[in-house]
Amino acid sequence: MLRRTLAIAVKELLQLRRDPRTALTLLGMPMVMLLIYGYALSFDVQHIRFAVVDQDGTRASRDVAQAFLQSGYFDLVSQGRDPRVLDALFDSGRVQAALVIPSGYGADLAARRSTALQFVLDGSDSQTATTILGYARQIVGSVSPMIRKNARDAAVAPVPLVWYNPDLSSARFLVPGLLAFILMVTSVIATALAVVREKERGTMESLRATPLVAIELLIGKTLPYLLLASGAATGALVIARLLFDVHVRGSLVWLAAVTLLFLAASLGWGVLVSTVAETQQVAFQLGLLSSMLPTFILSGFIFPISSMPPALQLITHLVPARYFLTALREIILKGAGPEVWWNQAAGLLVYGAVVLAVATARTVRSL
Amino acid sequence: MGNGDRGSRAGRALRTLVNILIKELLQLRRDPKILPILFIAPVIQLTLLGYAATTDIKRVELAVCDLDRTAASRRLVDRFTSSAYFRVTANVDSQEQFDPLLQSGRARVALTIPAGFEAERSAGRPGRVQLVADGADAMSGTIGLAYAATVLQDASVAAGTVPLVSLRPTVLYNPDLVSRNYMVPGILGLIIMIMTMMLTAMAVVRESELGTMEQLLVTPLTPGQLIVGKLIPYALVGLVEVFTVLPVVLFWFRVPLRGSFLTLLLLTLPYMLCTLGLGLFISTLAQTQQQAMMLSAFVFILPQMLLSGFAFPIQNMPAFFQALTYLVPLRYYLVILRGVFLKGVGLAVLWPQALALVVMGVAILGLARLRFRRRLG
Repeated sequence: MLRRTLAIAVKELLQLRRDPRTALTLLGMPMVMLLIYGYALSFDVQHIRFAVVDQDGTRASRDVAQAFLQSGYFDLVSQGRDPRVLDALFDSGRVQAALVIPSGYGADLAARRSTALQFVLDGSDSQTATTILGYARQIVGSVSPMIRKNARDAAVAPVPLVWYNPDLSSARFLVPGLLAFILMVTSVIATALAVVREKERGTMESLRATPLVAIELLIGKTLPYLLLASGAATGALVIARLLFDVHVRGSLVWLAAVTLLFLAASLGWGVLVSTVAETQQVAFQLGLLSSMLPTFILSGFIFPISSMPPALQLITHLVPARYFLTALREIILKGAGPEVWWNQAAGLLVYGAVVLAVATARTVRSL
Repeated sequence: MGNGDRGSRAGRALRTLVNILIKELLQLRRDPKILPILFIAPVIQLTLLGYAATTDIKRVELAVCDLDRTAASRRLVDRFTSSAYFRVTANVDSQEQFDPLLQSGRARVALTIPAGFEAERSAGRPGRVQLVADGADAMSGTIGLAYAATVLQDASVAAGTVPLVSLRPTVLYNPDLVSRNYMVPGILGLIIMIMTMMLTAMAVVRESELGTMEQLLVTPLTPGQLIVGKLIPYALVGLVEVFTVLPVVLFWFRVPLRGSFLTLLLLTLPYMLCTLGLGLFISTLAQTQQQAMMLSAFVFILPQMLLSGFAFPIQNMPAFFQALTYLVPLRYYLVILRGVFLKGVGLAVLWPQALALVVMGVAILGLARLRFRRRLG
């Protein structure tokens, strides 16, 4: 059995060698992608397009506007006294947030009366809007004098501390996610056409004449790609360490083990797609549709799983990157051992086994 | 005489075009698995993704370590428990116990009230509490800290310390800050792109791989006719798809459509010109279907997902990548989608985006035609 599996693996390797462009792409793409998107993407909101409408025109009003600009988050796009220009500015997207300082603001402050600033913001992108509102509250809080009304107790001040990622760099948070996402897509592309190609070209018939069993065929076809994908994953991790300063706090051995499990599971998904589809066109569509969008959106890469409705949280268990991503963040950022992420590893193992079993059953029928 | 001749030539050209059209549609029908992929998959995807794509963080998991154990410290803990922002998942006696909680994600934020908290505050000094946030999940961590700051400020105000200046926010277009209203139209754009682009790319590559391209070559078809005949069926498929998916956006997710439906449809056309053109372009670059798959995934779909502003705001990117985003058609279409849906604006505001899409679409198609002809010749 082992010999026949290896024979298929060697045949597949030879075929890969004949198409070195594909092999090189599968090997190099994850690194290139990580390099590009690791630099490009970030959740750190900056350069907020900002307008100031100062109807007060006092020293105090200029001070508060200045505080916004000096915070480094806001880029001044427009300045004036008339709030009516704001409509057009917001509609065209030239402005994302505007500070309106009402007349009488300076006088109120001088008399130590309570006063309010108006802050208008574009809420379309709710996440960015929430962040901007947080910045604005912080800035106003820092410039506002405090008064104590019939105070019994003093204020409560937080001393914030961030663990695992002290400067809250979104790169450190995003790189493991990108890694999982890119490896998933690469794996599915690698194997989604593997079986269906033989079917379409009619070489499946010749395989049928050999004493080959379905599972040997599938494992043999997957092995060379597992080798390639492991190389790609290693390269990507080196890039993450060297360029994005993502240190692996946990054990490298465990990291390798979990990564292998994930690669096997995602390559297995590609094989399953390949056995379900009758033509390469269908395999292509099915493979990309089932790997790209779901991994992007359901794995916790960008959208936190804990915020999803419960039914959907269940569905995320069908996405292998979900387990890998959780384990990856725990091993890389938190340095956690298997006692913390064993259930993710188990999830991957079960996923891989089920996918392989279904793929085998389907191949038995077509063999 | 010459006029009639030209007329019949035009008639012949039209007839050939219709023939290719029918051939393509027949081919689509022959594969029974392609139809569910075309029409059911997008609806399922949009539904699932529409629910998943929420960045609203509800109730951050909080661990509490109260070392003060006084009435004041309990009042503060109560403020966290009763706020809509936190869910207390653990009460511990020492800070060392935070470690496993944060590691496993059972807590995202940990609050420590040090011994002497009440005494400090009665003495008129600010009472300090410590907050530990899980930075590994940078998003929940940051938002958790911001929520905690709000709760603590409310506590200070309740205790009598009031800031003189307050901030009165007005949120335009999406007053409840529902992230679904922003994400779902984006998913629509993404699905249109993926479906139409991949279909076109595969349709042409398949012909060359199966060798039927040679057969088409010996027919009196011009490359232009061949291209148009290949694109129109997929443009139709794309339009039908828009109509299958839109009801889900409007009636299931209840994303408000503030602008005109006609504007939306009209501006979808130049976008599809781009996606179909890209599909054709991919097919001229790829020799095998696997290459086509890799090319479309890595070179065309990934940038559209990541650099279009779909999930990662363009303004957060470094300048070089911001410049690159101008090459991504979805970037423009997203502005159109979100503008028409949420802001209710029309062509008066969106013409630069529409123009960009038309120019890009024509350029891509021209380029694809050039390469196509070279490959045929």
